[in-house]
Amino acid sequence: MSDERSGCSSCDMITGASTKDLLNQDLAKQVRTAYDRIESRGMSSCLFGSSGTCCKVCNMGPCQIIDGVDSMVGVCGATADTVAARNFARIIAAGTAAHTDHAREMVRGFIATAKGETPHEIKDVQKLHVLAEIFGIATEGRDKNEIALELGNKALAEFGQQDGLLTMIKRAPKKQQAIWKKLGVEPRGIDREVVETMHRTHMGVDQEFRNIMLQGSRCALADGWGASMLSTELTDIMFGTPVPRRAIVDLGVLKGDHVNVTVHGHEPLLAESLCLAAEDPEILALVKKVGAKGLNLAGVCCTGNEILMRRGIPVAGSFIQQEMVLATGAVEAMVVDVQCVMPSVAQIVKGKHTDIITTNYRAKMPDAIHIQFEEEDAMGSAKKILIKAINNFKKRGDYYIPTDKKLDVVVGFSHETINYMLGGRFRQSYRPLNDNIINGRIKGVAALVGCEHYKYADDVHYKIAVELLKNNILILATGCAAQALGRKGLMRPEAAAEYCGAGLAEVCETVGMPPVLHVGSCVDNSRLLIALTEMVKEGGLGESIADLPACGTAPLWMSEKAVAIGQYFVASGAHIVFQNLPVTGAKAFNKYLLDGMKEEYGACWDYEEDPIKLAHKMIKAIDEKREALGINKKQDRVLFDMGMRRDLTSGIPGMGCGQK
Amino acid sequence: MSKIICSAAIRGARKIIDMAEESYEEALKKYGADHEVSFPNTAYYLPVIYSMLGAKVEKLGDMKDIFQECRTLMPPVVTEDIWLPYLAPALDAGMATFFAEEMYEAIRYLNTPNFYTKTEDPTADNIWLGAADDVIFRKRGVEFVDGTAPGFAAIMGTPADKEVASRIALELQEKNLYIFMHDQTGGLTMPDLLVKNNVQVGWNTRLVPFGQSYTTAVFAIGFACRVAMAFGGIKPGDYKGNLLYNKDRTFAFVMAFGPVSDEWYANAAGAINWGFPTISDYDIPEVLPTGICTYEHVVSNIPHNEIVQKAIEVRGLKVNITKIDIPLAFGPAFEGERVRKDELFMECGGGRTPGVEVLISKGMDEVEDGLVTLEGPDICDIQQGQNLPLGILVEVAGRQMQSDFEPILERQFHHLTNYIQGIMHMGQRNIMWVRIGKAAVEKGFSFKHIGKVLHGKLHQEFGAIVDKIQVKLFTVEDKVKEVMALATSVYTERDLRLGAMTDETEDVFYSCTLCQSFAPSHVCVITPERIGMCGAYNWLDGKASYQINPTGPNQPIEKGECTDPDNGYYVGINEFVNQASRGAVPEVSCYSLMNNPMTACGCFEAIAAMLPTCNGIMVVNRDFLGMTPSGMKFTSLAGMAGGGMQTPGFMGVSKHYMTSNKLFKAEGGLKRVVWMPKMLKEEISEKLKEVCKNIGMPELYDMIATEEQGTTEEEIYKFLKEKGHPALEMETAV
Repeated sequence: MSDERSGCSSCDMITGASTKDLLNQDLAKQVRTAYDRIESRGMSSCLFGSSGTCCKVCNMGPCQIIDGVDSMVGVCGATADTVAARNFARIIAAGTAAHTDHAREMVRGFIATAKGETPHEIKDVQKLHVLAEIFGIATEGRDKNEIALELGNKALAEFGQQDGLLTMIKRAPKKQQAIWKKLGVEPRGIDREVVETMHRTHMGVDQEFRNIMLQGSRCALADGWGASMLSTELTDIMFGTPVPRRAIVDLGVLKGDHVNVTVHGHEPLLAESLCLAAEDPEILALVKKVGAKGLNLAGVCCTGNEILMRRGIPVAGSFIQQEMVLATGAVEAMVVDVQCVMPSVAQIVKGKHTDIITTNYRAKMPDAIHIQFEEEDAMGSAKKILIKAINNFKKRGDYYIPTDKKLDVVVGFSHETINYMLGGRFRQSYRPLNDNIINGRIKGVAALVGCEHYKYADDVHYKIAVELLKNNILILATGCAAQALGRKGLMRPEAAAEYCGAGLAEVCETVGMPPVLHVGSCVDNSRLLIALTEMVKEGGLGESIADLPACGTAPLWMSEKAVAIGQYFVASGAHIVFQNLPVTGAKAFNKYLLDGMKEEYGACWDYEEDPIKLAHKMIKAIDEKREALGINKKQDRVLFDMGMRRDLTSGIPGMGCGQK
Repeated sequence: MSKIICSAAIRGARKIIDMAEESYEEALKKYGADHEVSFPNTAYYLPVIYSMLGAKVEKLGDMKDIFQECRTLMPPVVTEDIWLPYLAPALDAGMATFFAEEMYEAIRYLNTPNFYTKTEDPTADNIWLGAADDVIFRKRGVEFVDGTAPGFAAIMGTPADKEVASRIALELQEKNLYIFMHDQTGGLTMPDLLVKNNVQVGWNTRLVPFGQSYTTAVFAIGFACRVAMAFGGIKPGDYKGNLLYNKDRTFAFVMAFGPVSDEWYANAAGAINWGFPTISDYDIPEVLPTGICTYEHVVSNIPHNEIVQKAIEVRGLKVNITKIDIPLAFGPAFEGERVRKDELFMECGGGRTPGVEVLISKGMDEVEDGLVTLEGPDICDIQQGQNLPLGILVEVAGRQMQSDFEPILERQFHHLTNYIQGIMHMGQRNIMWVRIGKAAVEKGFSFKHIGKVLHGKLHQEFGAIVDKIQVKLFTVEDKVKEVMALATSVYTERDLRLGAMTDETEDVFYSCTLCQSFAPSHVCVITPERIGMCGAYNWLDGKASYQINPTGPNQPIEKGECTDPDNGYYVGINEFVNQASRGAVPEVSCYSLMNNPMTACGCFEAIAAMLPTCNGIMVVNRDFLGMTPSGMKFTSLAGMAGGGMQTPGFMGVSKHYMTSNKLFKAEGGLKRVVWMPKMLKEEISEKLKEVCKNIGMPELYDMIATEEQGTTEEEIYKFLKEKGHPALEMETAV
């Protein structure tokens, strides 16, 4: 296919069936995509930049540093280790800032909802009560909105908090908390950690890479156990905790006879309002009037994940497909908010009927239309946006929707879903997961998360996943990585029998789950922290996250958020393998990330470019944990006599068992 | 394939709920919403619903909410492809199935009150017993808590062949399990086949025909739920606590014979919630990964000769059995079996012929271990109906043996002899009575087998005390009389010695946590003058048991300083109980009903309760079904006293304690007792009269009211006044 495309010789990197089909069409050949731009830029990435040793924090430089060459330190004398660590910490801060601002908007929307100022409502009261307990808020006899308001206000205060600890830190396993305390990396307030990281990496402040990374970890933890977790939990309470649903993730979800509106970005507040507005009689009448059969909302990127998980609304495309979605010519409007929106989208639709509508004052772009999403008039804003889109329908020209390549997915695997699906309403727990890890049917658990980009082929996630599944490793996926796996059919429950080793296949069949569980958007990686914690608490797999036979990867990472996520996982005790990291130019710092951190957190970073080798690094890491736990060999069945039952401590009233 | 099973279970659950709801709608029309519904004589309402949801179904109308709950629990059907996770929905559907079935059966009791016999044994025209009432449940519960019954097999259907059915039943009995039987396979039912094959069926042989419909599976599950509430102290509505308790402590499983219907799958799915797996002889899919159950969830295609072994392995049960080399089956499950008139071959003792049994200790060189002799004719030498005298003299020797242990070992004769299938033993000492069944004789029973059993089992259970055991059996009258004379002198000496022993003469009491496998926070304190409330373990038992197993359930407690002789507070006792109850009971009195009374697991022989108006104490025994002056029946009182909690004014007691000098010492002793059922009063009358005499009030015996005088406090008060009962003059006890 690639050789048929003009201006792109690297399209053997595209394996997605619908993408290939689409790009093969004449109308799509006109579209200049990222693949084409890589080609036409004609130069490879800067070596200093990609190895982390380009310093531009002050105007004496930029300085390119070469480790070990005395003359090639910075003008100020900064070594490669200092520079790479500062750059790395700044990536974490930027990623954390993105999650933080996203979370802040969600919390504000949550408060507004509790006050009755939005079209939304507090949907998951059970979860509201769980969170209220964590935040020390009384629930008995209180109205849900009253509880929610207090929760929202307490949550909002965590952003600007100066001292003390973030509340949800205490959800982590005791051992993790002790490590953080000992290292002095317990986050105090969310914004404070971002600001302090930026300050400490300013010219002439923190010059020692270990010390810089202590703050890097603290900042990342403020993301994972702070901002991201607040966002996930409060969004669940407001829009409903995801439950298993069938849906479709593919370009083919666009409909020829419908008004197609895609929502792209990250914050579900706008998307949820659009979902509500799409049912408005006025909107439906207008749709009819322009001659369309209906209004088809479809997601792109992580906004897509949010409404996919909670409403089963289909996803048209992931990050690397945002241009392809538009290349179909079938989209009336792409509504965008924040993060991961490429400015090229407004260029692609130039001269076409499609509108790119920016909605957030923070995020505008040339050649797009801006319709501000006003929180206080969410329905009004949403309708305005939809009307704009609907009116474009009649102007639609040639279009092509690849329809016959799409595969179904089953999504909605929140922590609550996983807990429920392993035992039902009355016996829900992670016990079956732990049991089957201990007995070896499941070797371990892998998190396959993060972004996508154009430097590697678009089937990297798939290749890694196939290798892991074959080795009986259950996969939890989020973000665009999850969509990539969904497009390849790994989120069909049938995939268990097709891809997994015998043990994992058997467990999947028992539960009725796909072997790759879609856990949510990138901000929902916080769900994985909760899941890992639950595995520790369930017992039998060690005392900390670092003991678990678990490993994470974000192979095609693109956004700075991925590094913040990676760092909060490492600091929480989870081993993480990326495809590359911008640290290779600094030997001591590199070694610290790949090795030294393990002594501090029980986990460290690793990287490996080749997907299969990467998968095997993960498998090896998991095997080592199994070895350390002593569960790597077959265990004898324990038969209980009365004496052994007398010694049991379970089932004792008031001893904590059966309380929840 | 879990998918096939879950799909079928969800389908089955839907059918069952529809059926139950239909019967509910009809009943509603017929009786109205206010009509009472219940299972017979239980304080646990519909026990599955009560334990899981905390909801009391007392009237027909109460079922409406429960059906609503069933519908909420019901998931959609599992799709052919791109299915959503189905395990959890199937487990929920299974739970809804039990709720629906319980209501269905309750309505059946309403529509056809005599559908089940409601007895311990089948009647002449009905083999199906129905749900266990609280009397049966408590009586059998004792065996669950002390470990003589580790769990139960809930059987659906039957193998077609009566020999096979009998063999499987026997094997399960030999594993000490209860066998609950339900439904049919191809028109055959297991209890029918067993009866046809001359196997005794009923609670006494642990072969319990619950009901001919699969819906009676709830009787088995309800039994398990009650075990957790009554003995485990699990609160109604604490569903997770109840389910995990049963997963860890009640070793039950479902055994299914023949094709498995959707309805059976629904019941099997429900049982998995309790950690009870299903073992099937049929070619159905399997669910092997572990997690909800301890090991596999569904195992299938198991041949009949392996199915029992497989079942206990899948359930993770270890049954410690020593094989006794006799040609008859042997085990606790046969203890309650009877030898009826038609089945009788011959008998010894019991007033028909002289009969005696005695155990004495001797020097090490006077006993030849394993020696079993018989002097006189054996079974093979006599005709049917020819009764013989019987003397059983057991002589033991051991470095740890003390003469105090003799009565303990001797007391084992009763149940050990009863453990032999086809042999029935009653009484003890010189009033013992043995009945030999024809079936046992056909299998080659010899009197020497009793000797073999006593030798083998006494060694096994008391190996730490005795090193050598020899058994001499006599069936000739002059020899039996010799043994009788020896025994009489032994008994006299023994009784004198034990009678002199009091709580003051001994510095060490014994704990009993035998039932902590089922009642985790309960600790019994056994003193010389206060036997365990189950009536089965006295102070000497505790002492012997500690000798036998120094880390076992009976530990010595240095009673320490007595800080209050009336209440019976001892420093050492409090420290011990606080620690052994894992902090649940920081303080306990040995002799008071009102102040920190001793906790109970739930398997007490009787319950004492304060009657405020009468200013006195009533005591009711487990077998008394009627109302008591407390306004509660035994079953409701048991809920107050059991589960390891201290509830002042309510306490479990043994019948034996009723005649102890330490009885309710804090409240004024026997003089405080104002009411007990006639059957109890008569059972202990001899000793009771003696105690009355000893305290200088021989007339007190007649002042104690029974149900004949009344079952309300007002009636009793009137009677007490009339009689001038001393309790009325005592200081107020409340």
